[in-house]
Amino acid sequence: MNRGYEGTVAAPYESTSAGIKDRQGTLARLMIAPAIAYIVALIGIPFVMAILYSLSDVTTGDPSVDLVGLRNYREVFNDPVFRLSLKNTCLFALVSQTLVIVLSRILATLLMKEFRGKWLARFLVMLPWTAPIALGTIGWLWMLDSIFSPIDWLFRRAGLLGAPGDLLGPMTNLYWLGEPVLAMASVIFVHVWRLLPLATVIQLAGLSSISKEILEAAEVDGAAGWRKTLEITIPLTLPIIGIAFLFGLVFTFTDMTVVYVLTRGGPVHSTQVLSTWTFFKGIEGGDLAQGAAISLFLFPVLAGVAALLLRMARRAEVT
Amino acid sequence: MSRIRKLVSRGGTYALVTVFASFAAFPFYWMVIATFKRDHDLFNPVNNPFLFNEPPTLDHLRLLLFDTHYVTYLLNTFLVGIAVVAITLLTAVPAAYSLARWARGWGETLGIGIFLTYLVPPTILFIPLSRFAASLGLQESLWSLILVYPTFTIPFCTWLLMGFFKTIPKDIEEQAMIDGLSRLGAMAKVVLPLAISGILTVVVFAFTLSMHEFIYALTFISVSAKKTVSIGVPTELVRGDVFQWGPLMAGALIASIPVSVVYTFFLDRFIAGFTMGAVK
Repeated sequence: MNRGYEGTVAAPYESTSAGIKDRQGTLARLMIAPAIAYIVALIGIPFVMAILYSLSDVTTGDPSVDLVGLRNYREVFNDPVFRLSLKNTCLFALVSQTLVIVLSRILATLLMKEFRGKWLARFLVMLPWTAPIALGTIGWLWMLDSIFSPIDWLFRRAGLLGAPGDLLGPMTNLYWLGEPVLAMASVIFVHVWRLLPLATVIQLAGLSSISKEILEAAEVDGAAGWRKTLEITIPLTLPIIGIAFLFGLVFTFTDMTVVYVLTRGGPVHSTQVLSTWTFFKGIEGGDLAQGAAISLFLFPVLAGVAALLLRMARRAEVT
Repeated sequence: MSRIRKLVSRGGTYALVTVFASFAAFPFYWMVIATFKRDHDLFNPVNNPFLFNEPPTLDHLRLLLFDTHYVTYLLNTFLVGIAVVAITLLTAVPAAYSLARWARGWGETLGIGIFLTYLVPPTILFIPLSRFAASLGLQESLWSLILVYPTFTIPFCTWLLMGFFKTIPKDIEEQAMIDGLSRLGAMAKVVLPLAISGILTVVVFAFTLSMHEFIYALTFISVSAKKTVSIGVPTELVRGDVFQWGPLMAGALIASIPVSVVYTFFLDRFIAGFTMGAVK
């Protein structure tokens, strides 16, 4: 791998008194400065501020920052709604991403094949990721409507719902977003729907990177079908599967849109997650300090993911 | 025998692809139906919801375009998107070039460091940033979004462009410099034209990400006429407690499809950034 610039043309310019347009060291620093400044000013400083807020008593009504130690963390942690949202956040992210990895594997294998109308299939399959998430979720909100849900309509038509003695109960509707367990399932389902395309494209990149020779050699050795998948393609694409899983985890773990649009954390907080709870406490409730403390509980997981990604990137560089 | 097996396998592929495609696209089909369905038909739980039981109508579209702020939302989204693309290009292109060409050793590390800031989510930053925007007098202003959105476009785009610049051989610039161009001139006149596909990817990516953004817009903007389409549609097309499903679905559909078409073309290049060189 070629690191850095060690070209022959470069060296003489460095030492001479050439104009700024030719002085490499200066140019290199000048050109990267705006990006670094932006990141420090609008990611670095706000991040430190979030930590500072979480240790203070700042509210929207009283914006002075007086430090109060770990009081917010103690209060947040003693709040049953917070514990529920912590649990939900982990549950939603892990369950949805496990499903996503399995499904995206199948879908990517399908899309490796050549067939007529593939471009259309690809466009449709990618829609959940390429369309704005809030708008896609609005589509789901209407599909999970308490009265007009087409899913309920199908169940009623099939005789599973709506009359006494039916398998799913005598009510005319299931109330997808009104029953805690169904609401949780709906949120997970929409997360799967949303992140399946991303994971699929990442897995496709992995699958197409396996060299033909390896696959042919495997076939010569008599490996086919499931054995080929289990013993060759999955081990070879394991790093890519890991990357798809980690990014999916980050996106579901920190996402607020799906829960906010579908349920606003309800019914009775049963689908509350850390990001929505941060919003309701910190912005709508005006308690900036507690909001900041809640959001910082996301950080350990993100730091862990970052460390894993770094390790993968290093390994990729060595090979 | 093998021909039959091939046919079965082909049929299986089509069947499975159809299942996946329907699963992914169904909410959008659902939007199309609601957009053109009469309310009388739409709000009858006995009617088959998948078909038009009464002739279709353009009433919802008319209401959406003329009686709501929808067109303003689209315009706002567009303005923010363009401004964010401009800021992203002005900062990420030079940074990526600098990291790809001149940095020895620390370039790679710094590049990965910049990329990792992409993982710091809006969920952690939006509380301090809302105070920040307020202290600059930018609440209820599109400028607050224009200022903040580059925080997620710059890290990723810098990383993506770094990869593009590395694929352009250095000899080309060196030759240009021997021919009398300055270091900066070689970059602007020789390298940038070659990196145009990478730059285009960044344009599409920065624009779509700004359009998709939800949390900052929800936190910073509450005046209806200043909303972007991502928050305007879910929060404003509701009268009292009543969702106006027809116009709502029309609004979601119109904003989703064009951006999806463009995005799909660039998806593969954009994924190259995510896989971080783990795929060669």
